[in-house]
Amino acid sequence: MNLHGVWAVFRKEFRENLRDRRTLLSALVFGPLFGPILVAAIVQFGISHAEEQSDENIQVAVTHSERAPNLLAHLRARGVDIEPVKLDEAGMRDAVATQTHKIILDIPEDFGTRLQAGEPAPVILYSDGSRGFDRRGVGRVRALISQYGIEIAQLRFLARGIEPLSVLPISVQEIDVSTPSSRSVLVLNMLSYIVLLAMLFGGLYLAIDATAGERERGSLEMLLTAPVPREHLIYGKIAAAATYMFISLVLTVIMFAIAISFVGLEQVGITANLGPAAATKMIACCAPLILFGASYLSIISGFAKSYREAQTYLGLVITIPTMPLMFAGILGLQAKTSLMFVPFLSQHLLLTTIVRAEPIVPLHVAISVGSTLVYGVFLMWLAGRLYRREGLLG
Amino acid sequence: MLEARALSKSFGSVAAVRGVSFAARDGQITGLLGANGAGKSTTLRMLYTVLKPDSGDALIDGTSVTADPIAARRAIGVLSHGAGIYNHLTARENIAYFGELHGMSRADREARAGELIELLEMQAFANRYAKGFSQGQRLKTALARALIHRPRNVLLDEPTNGLDVMAVRGLRKLLLQLRDAGHCVLFSSHVMQEVEQLCDEVVVIAGGQVVAAGALADIRAHAGNSQLEDAFVHLMGTGDEAGK
Repeated sequence: MNLHGVWAVFRKEFRENLRDRRTLLSALVFGPLFGPILVAAIVQFGISHAEEQSDENIQVAVTHSERAPNLLAHLRARGVDIEPVKLDEAGMRDAVATQTHKIILDIPEDFGTRLQAGEPAPVILYSDGSRGFDRRGVGRVRALISQYGIEIAQLRFLARGIEPLSVLPISVQEIDVSTPSSRSVLVLNMLSYIVLLAMLFGGLYLAIDATAGERERGSLEMLLTAPVPREHLIYGKIAAAATYMFISLVLTVIMFAIAISFVGLEQVGITANLGPAAATKMIACCAPLILFGASYLSIISGFAKSYREAQTYLGLVITIPTMPLMFAGILGLQAKTSLMFVPFLSQHLLLTTIVRAEPIVPLHVAISVGSTLVYGVFLMWLAGRLYRREGLLG
Repeated sequence: MLEARALSKSFGSVAAVRGVSFAARDGQITGLLGANGAGKSTTLRMLYTVLKPDSGDALIDGTSVTADPIAARRAIGVLSHGAGIYNHLTARENIAYFGELHGMSRADREARAGELIELLEMQAFANRYAKGFSQGQRLKTALARALIHRPRNVLLDEPTNGLDVMAVRGLRKLLLQLRDAGHCVLFSSHVMQEVEQLCDEVVVIAGGQVVAAGALADIRAHAGNSQLEDAFVHLMGTGDEAGK
């Protein structure tokens, strides 16, 4: 088969789009630059916020602070700022609801007498459970108060001649087995989504321009009079879109590796596995999707009558392949052989495995690459069929 | 040499072309004359293989457009209606691209593009991007593109639409040059004066059928009018009746 037509179309589309600001921006700037920088910025913000929270003193408003001077001294010594306030019960509820005070500790009148009598001495802690930011503060205050209680209990046992440790029959030791890399997935689970989307966007404008755009400009009819089988024309266009998608993919992954290295992940005990070797593997895992993506975009925009119409269609349609990723996030899907047959999802799962620095199952890679290429070839063939139709000219 | 043999084409329930037959010979300019919607464009599109006829066939230098459209395309140069060019390519690149699609070697297509740029007096804008081109410059680029592979047969669909006087003159000169070089030139038009000035033979189409064909003098005689315009109006009438 003589493929000079495919080559000629490919060269022309590649060169023409190299001069088109829209294609260049979407292939080389938007996805590769903004995506990774955005993710890095969000991650960085999250880390510094978490750090600030753990270092910051907790602000607690206290009513009748004179009733429990020792308890408050214990809290003050452990990073709690006490602010004495005068509020009745309704006032305290209001103050928490309106966030005038985030946490209020109410010391009832009988606190001192009950404590002396050896009865359980009540304190009341007001907070708003619907505000996620403050939960940790409340937890810390509660833990500090319990700790104070245990210290008093131990002193009482000691006074009565009982070994204080005997009243702590069980001691819980927590061991977190998540490795720094696997923890990073929690932070970096946006990565594969951005990589796959940036890859699709890389070929988006070329796919529109080469199909709907060509028809709108009136150059398609002339192109069809060239002595080249019609399907070869669309194969050339798909090849050009695929090339831009590949460039976009490589740049996005490299930018991710660079941007993440600037984020202080080590400060929170996380290392992302994004060195040159991991980046190469990520690119290799996603590369088979390029044929699928380029054919998919070309088919959709091949149906559109105009550039704007194609843009409208693709704006809706470009998110469909990435749907399985959202389900994966919600359902917490793990890499399984059966899931490797689903395009985009299999790439997402492989990317996640690579970032977690977990061993990659060769069978998974083989199925993912093989099935994705088969779908891609099928879509390319379908695009060729579409170009043979007479209705193509509208 | 182009031959249409009982070409028919319908779009849905609309019969656009109904059994059109005619021949356009080498060394002649043949005009396809008809009102808007008479079926000129559809006929031409079947000749240049973009549409498949429902029935009938067309031969280009003896090659059937239905049996071997790719071979037929090698023998024709086409200027389609409102032929678009690529804005991000220069005029020269636009022309050479079609040479590449025709399988010409780089040296060959570049030499030929240079030749056409000179012939069509495009030197001033040949190496500029087509983005800001005037209608006349666009037409010249599209024409050169249609001629890059030295086709024996040249088909043009309403080539003078939207052109100023100077551009029309240039086009006329080129078509006459092509005729004198022995090419077969077929163009469609709804402008009588154009046809009158240029054509050796005329095919009048109305209602998707050929209502008259032959030399200009024969057409005038056939319609019993010495003015082509009157003859044309008279023939259009017959077409409408035939369409009913």
